[in-house]
Amino acid sequence: MTSTPDVIVVGAGIVGAACAHYAARAGLRVTVLDRGPVAGGTTGSGEGNLLVSDKAPGPELELALKSAELWRELAERLPHGIEYEPKGGLVVASGEAALTALRTFAAAQEKAGVTVRDVAADRLPDLEPHLARGLAGGVHYPQDAQVMPALAATHLLRASGAEVRLGQEVTGLLTGPGGAVRGVRTASGVFHAPYVVNAAGTWGGELARLAGVLLPVLPRRGFVLVTEPLPRVVRHKVYAADYVADVASDSAALQTSAVVEGTPAGPVLIGASRERVGFDRALSVPALRRLAAGATALFPVLAGVRVIRTYAGFRPYLPDHLPAIGTDARVPGLLHACGHEGAGIGLAPVTGRIIADCLTGAQPPVDVRPFDPARFEGGTGTGAGAGAGA
Amino acid sequence: MARTPGELAGARPGPAFEITVDGRAVSALPGQTVAAALWAAGVLTWRTTRGGGRPRGVFCGIGQCFDCLVTVNGVANRRACLVAVGPGDEVRTQEGEGRGELAV
Repeated sequence: MTSTPDVIVVGAGIVGAACAHYAARAGLRVTVLDRGPVAGGTTGSGEGNLLVSDKAPGPELELALKSAELWRELAERLPHGIEYEPKGGLVVASGEAALTALRTFAAAQEKAGVTVRDVAADRLPDLEPHLARGLAGGVHYPQDAQVMPALAATHLLRASGAEVRLGQEVTGLLTGPGGAVRGVRTASGVFHAPYVVNAAGTWGGELARLAGVLLPVLPRRGFVLVTEPLPRVVRHKVYAADYVADVASDSAALQTSAVVEGTPAGPVLIGASRERVGFDRALSVPALRRLAAGATALFPVLAGVRVIRTYAGFRPYLPDHLPAIGTDARVPGLLHACGHEGAGIGLAPVTGRIIADCLTGAQPPVDVRPFDPARFEGGTGTGAGAGAGA
Repeated sequence: MARTPGELAGARPGPAFEITVDGRAVSALPGQTVAAALWAAGVLTWRTTRGGGRPRGVFCGIGQCFDCLVTVNGVANRRACLVAVGPGDEVRTQEGEGRGELAV
């Protein structure tokens, strides 16, 4: 131990990296702890989507719009290795009813500040030449973007200059008079700091429990199929309109909706499944079959392409689909930055900004009340969320 | 077949047959892999990398490294070190991911 940091961030995923980054930019000394490697949890198990398109007007869309702006700024600062691509999203509807619903949704988003462009059926091939014929139409969202999440987390963390201590599982919180946080205990020792940020993602509920408070983060499993490397065959993030309904759903049963995107490295990534099965990593053939069927229905060309691997991850899910961001009124010195469900990569920068603002007493860029970490205490959520997550 | 170790190994392969490599006729033996047939014909590289366009051939030779990818009978990204040749097989050198026809 050299000198005592101003803040300890627990979690070296994208959100922890962003918290470290913005706190360091605000002049604070930061130590980041993680029980595993950088991006070893949900960050390394996603697709790196930075989406506004899948979010209904409300607190989460506000976060997403601000975060999209911050990602553009970060992309200028960070190495090209983060693979930031402002590629835009394309949401397609297969029938007239779905298209009408999509257009209504997009019109409401436009009023909330999202750039939307209606795409008639006969113009879809201009945007995506390999897209299936016979779709009813779509909406183009130029603000959607993508990064390679593990590289983005790594570069953010490196740029922060924070001290990073991996293989350090937090086993307890140190508290002082009045219950105020004074640091954390790990298997190998103690780390002192006047502030601790819970950026433990899907495991954020466990860290909250160590602090004696309730934060009901649950895992929502998703699989991704990875194809062999290809030239650019899919230009945008392309997904079926029913994805938005799946994201906002509360069902525990398996849901899939076709989400397809290319990557600079070559492979096409195919999602998205969601099911609540705890932390079960077992391969689900039905889920994979449905992902493949959905993707080939959107892009028939993929039927002739090999899938080389699959991976699973656990989205950190809170009951109202909104993240927990900010100070915890129940434990002085404790802050939370977790529960972003499938939107954590996109929402990481704004989350980091809010946390840094909370730490320095500055005014956060958005109203943070809907993200109050204490809102589930006593079993009465604020119920504020019509929000979503990728 | 000057470059095979068949004699040293006491091998008694069946009769040779022809395959084509980018349209050129090459002699191969039953049981050879595509990589062995290419090596025997003096061809050491048959793919260029996706990013830098650098030459690649066999590296590990045991199916682990995916460096020796090649297009066989129209199927891209076959591992030359594992695929056995058959009479009339069409081997094509591969640029990058070998699926350039799909690019948009």
